[in-house]
Amino acid sequence: MENNPIIQIRDVHKRFGHVRAVCGVTMDVATAEVVVIIGPSGSGKSTLLRCINRLETPTSGTIIVDGFDVTDPKTNINVVRAEVGMVFQLFNLFPHLTALGNIVLAQKVVRKRKKDEAEAIAMEQLRKVGIPEKAHAYPGQLSGGQQQRVAIARALAMQPKIMMFDEPTSALDPEMIKEVLDVMLELAAEGMTMVVVSHEMGFVKAAADRVVLMDHGVVIEETTPELLFTAPKHERTKLFLSKILH
Amino acid sequence: MTEPADVTAIPEDKEPRRIKLSDIPWWAVIIGVLGVYVIYSVATSQAYLDVLAFVMVGVKLTLETTAVAFSLALVLGLLGGLGRVSKNPVLYAISTLYVEIIRGLPMLVIILYMGFVVGPWIRDATGFNPPMLYRAIAGLGFGYGAYLTEVYRAGIQSIHRGQMEAARSLGMNYFQSMRYVVLPQAFRIILPPLVNDLSALLKDTSLISVIALSDLLQRGRLYASRTFRAFEPYNTVALLYLAMTLTLSSLSRLLERRMRVGE
Repeated sequence: MENNPIIQIRDVHKRFGHVRAVCGVTMDVATAEVVVIIGPSGSGKSTLLRCINRLETPTSGTIIVDGFDVTDPKTNINVVRAEVGMVFQLFNLFPHLTALGNIVLAQKVVRKRKKDEAEAIAMEQLRKVGIPEKAHAYPGQLSGGQQQRVAIARALAMQPKIMMFDEPTSALDPEMIKEVLDVMLELAAEGMTMVVVSHEMGFVKAAADRVVLMDHGVVIEETTPELLFTAPKHERTKLFLSKILH
Repeated sequence: MTEPADVTAIPEDKEPRRIKLSDIPWWAVIIGVLGVYVIYSVATSQAYLDVLAFVMVGVKLTLETTAVAFSLALVLGLLGGLGRVSKNPVLYAISTLYVEIIRGLPMLVIILYMGFVVGPWIRDATGFNPPMLYRAIAGLGFGYGAYLTEVYRAGIQSIHRGQMEAARSLGMNYFQSMRYVVLPQAFRIILPPLVNDLSALLKDTSLISVIALSDLLQRGRLYASRTFRAFEPYNTVALLYLAMTLTLSSLSRLLERRMRVGE
């Protein structure tokens, strides 16, 4: 058991030209913790998430992930990324590969697994997300919910220590949101360390250990799901909740 | 959990298809009829058969030059295209310079330059005297490499940024992501323009006759000047070029159809 938090974010800033997306965020995520980041669009929550695996390079500040300083240019970021699964809003499956091919690729290229082993792990993950029968379907032949579940299986097959979700259900039709959330709930129950950007309050209530509300690039409030709904401290938190809880 | 309906199961069209006059590819029919007529007239005319026998060596040289020069251009174009999308300022500058300079020069000038300036320069510098054919192929390959650089660049840039991000966030490095994720998708998109440039290159090999290589056109001209007849040799040359380029374009149509699997 590690004593240090697996993710340590210290005074991180990120600017795009004149736009300040993230302005001095400090935050920890412990092993097996589920943290949900909420906030209005443009509040910097996705940018913060993308800084954790250096899809964006912070303008200043430090981020330590699993003992690696990802803000240090000398750190081999590929080693860190293999331990940090990422699920995107638009799935980003590779359209020229089957579901199985999507899940096998990085296992072979990055983890250097043999074809048989990688396929066995891929099938295991597809069973876990509930669509083993779609192994040989191409992404274009799958529904949005199925595609997102393949994307989750693809990330899980790398056996990462952390899973990050960037608005995983925002691009889905309402009837497909549940099938994706069910998979995420199962993961949370298994003790996966998760950082989730989402407005799914059902997921927050059921799985979050901690909720972080961001606005204009700063953390407004860090609280538990119970306190978020019953006793929000800040006016902006109340305002935001009133907008998303119809 | 209930599965959403299989989206691939599209109900089959039961209505019998009626062929309309506008459905027929008339251009192909006309080419087919003309082709049969031409083959018949050539096969029954001694004059054409003589020309054909004389220029066949040229066809071989034209095809070989096309194949080697295009392979060279494919490699140069890939390297150039990767440079054009690179964040490395040196690679970007080199590849952009290459494209801008070469695209601004007529192919004929590039071939003459390779033949009579770069060729002798290499000979004097290294002692190896590159044969004229090598110089011509280098010129064509280098020139088309610049065109293909832009084709590759456009193909790579047409792939959504999320593809590279997904590949990178799985821990693949930049080149692995290019090799396994971006380029295979880009290649499908650029296949038609690639074949287009292959046809153009095949036609441009006729320019190598200016440095005295006996390609198809050169053999035709030689025949014409020897016999003082223009009609049969130039007809034959034109038809042979046409036969080769039409073969290429139908090949690309076949390839495109086969690559559409899984979309």
